[in-house]
Amino acid sequence: MTRYIIGRLASLVFVFFAVSIVTFLLMHAVPGGPFDETKMPLPPEAKANILHKYGLDRPLWEQYTRYMWRAFHFDFGISYQSPTESVTDLIRRVWPPTIQLGAATITLAYAMGLIFGILAAIRQNSWLDYTVTFLATLGITVPNFVIATWLVLLFAVRLRWLPTGGWEEPKNVIMPMLAYALGPMAMVARYTRVSMLEALRADYVRTARAKGLTEKAVIFRHVLKNALIPLITVMGPEIPNLLTGSIFIESIFRIPGLGSFFVTSIWKRDYPLIMALMLLVAGLWGFTYLLSDILYTIIDPRVRLTEKQSL
Amino acid sequence: MTTDISETLASSPATPFTKQRQRTLWQDAMRRFSRNKLAMGGLIVALLLILTAIFADILAPYPYDKAVLSEARQFPSAKHWLGTDAIGRDLLSRIIYGARTSLLVGFLVQAVAFSIGIPLGSIAGLRGGKFDFVVLRAVEIMTAFPSLLFALFIMSVLGTGLFNVILAISVTSWVPVCRLTRAQLLTLREKEFVAAARAVGAREMHILVRHILPNALPPLIIMLTLGIPTAIFAEAGLSFLGVGINDPLPSWGKMVGSSAAYLRVYWHLGLFPTFMIAITTLSFTFVGDGLRDALDPTLNM
Repeated sequence: MTRYIIGRLASLVFVFFAVSIVTFLLMHAVPGGPFDETKMPLPPEAKANILHKYGLDRPLWEQYTRYMWRAFHFDFGISYQSPTESVTDLIRRVWPPTIQLGAATITLAYAMGLIFGILAAIRQNSWLDYTVTFLATLGITVPNFVIATWLVLLFAVRLRWLPTGGWEEPKNVIMPMLAYALGPMAMVARYTRVSMLEALRADYVRTARAKGLTEKAVIFRHVLKNALIPLITVMGPEIPNLLTGSIFIESIFRIPGLGSFFVTSIWKRDYPLIMALMLLVAGLWGFTYLLSDILYTIIDPRVRLTEKQSL
Repeated sequence: MTTDISETLASSPATPFTKQRQRTLWQDAMRRFSRNKLAMGGLIVALLLILTAIFADILAPYPYDKAVLSEARQFPSAKHWLGTDAIGRDLLSRIIYGARTSLLVGFLVQAVAFSIGIPLGSIAGLRGGKFDFVVLRAVEIMTAFPSLLFALFIMSVLGTGLFNVILAISVTSWVPVCRLTRAQLLTLREKEFVAAARAVGAREMHILVRHILPNALPPLIIMLTLGIPTAIFAEAGLSFLGVGINDPLPSWGKMVGSSAAYLRVYWHLGLFPTFMIAITTLSFTFVGDGLRDALDPTLNM
């Protein structure tokens, strides 16, 4: 067990560094720098001065090691887009709306997904099952900005129940949450249904029924307990995605969150912010990945962890 | 494991039943597929969309780039069935040509993904060793890297445009293909029918082409079909953000993105393109799901 965790950790650290190096090389491979004077030409001395100030005149490997060294001390530099605050402050300012929306979305998606998945499996091949399966396919295949547009057209334009966007009142959460949650909800419902159906056919369920347990006891004590285990590995890695926000949802509903900075930082060649965001995503991803792996072994003793199973 | 033995018999050149048995596997799948209403519906819609894309020149009432400023932002009417956009271009024509953009991206991305993913995955799966290690690590890194961000990076290097979009999406889409191919080969390599073929003295190349690849095919076909809507989705997303297809070429995603600001009044600008994106991705997904049920009835998804 310990050996397995150490192995996974080593591989995650490797991925973390690889992602940071790939990001670093990619962003420097992009032609044009953050201080290109397309709009306001600078005298060469002034430009050299700025480049020197941000350390952009040094060789790449030195820039990289300097950046990573500072990052390990939680100094992520200053965003070129908003030079008045550090990257840490910027993220601290814009992340809360994204986290709030993400948390609401996760709660809704997982709760409703579980309920729908369980109901669909218990009433297999009923109209309820078909509806859930159809909605699940819709939620997984149709982009969330399409769903978001439909919600705006229906609830804000047609019925005028909700505001079209913004982030001032509690009402603002409803539509983005629905649009954002449909995808993960569909995934949870689909996986829950399949793994419930599998568990329902298992021998221990037949035994439970044979010894005269009520249907309720069979479902809750025996089926659910076993059916929900595989969900951990499926849904764990979804969490960092939801917590870092969706560019589409935030732009349609005008939410001042983290999402849009993924696009603007790349487009404006905002090197420190790009790096910080990528490290954030990679870090969260690795953390949840490891956590769900460990949780899995604790909950399900049948799983023997070996290196080969990781892929 | 009776099926494995019968398959070995079926595809081994020594038995006279070869051709007949192999055909029935696919015929069975065909029969199962044609009984699936959702899948058949999806197939019909997908074929209609493909025809629309091919015959866009004949079907569209106006050229997709003809802007008549005096007719800007009109609601649906007899003259413009779906209305006009912000600079007076006929929305119906743009939606019809948009099918061409979407499907072109969908199919070409899959073509690139498969021509990279399958060779890489098979060599990694068969050779193992150092090559396998390197491929596995590459796959791991690409999985950790959010694919939308990767595409954004590539787009900011290459600039916007149709073929750059295809390239940017392909860069990440070979990863699942490679993973699946490798996993398939690793499992199939250990199967009894491969051992049996080896025992009767078949050459490695023969085993690979005649025994392993045909068995690895069904899941790959399913992945191919389901990858098309994913690529269409990705193109729509990039274009929505304004970093995809260049004007005046129409893209449904771009239409949705640029309609967001006027949605309160000009509902038609948002409704019709979103409808098309949904119809397209859904129809291909239903075909893919139907194929999965037809080719691998044991899966029961």
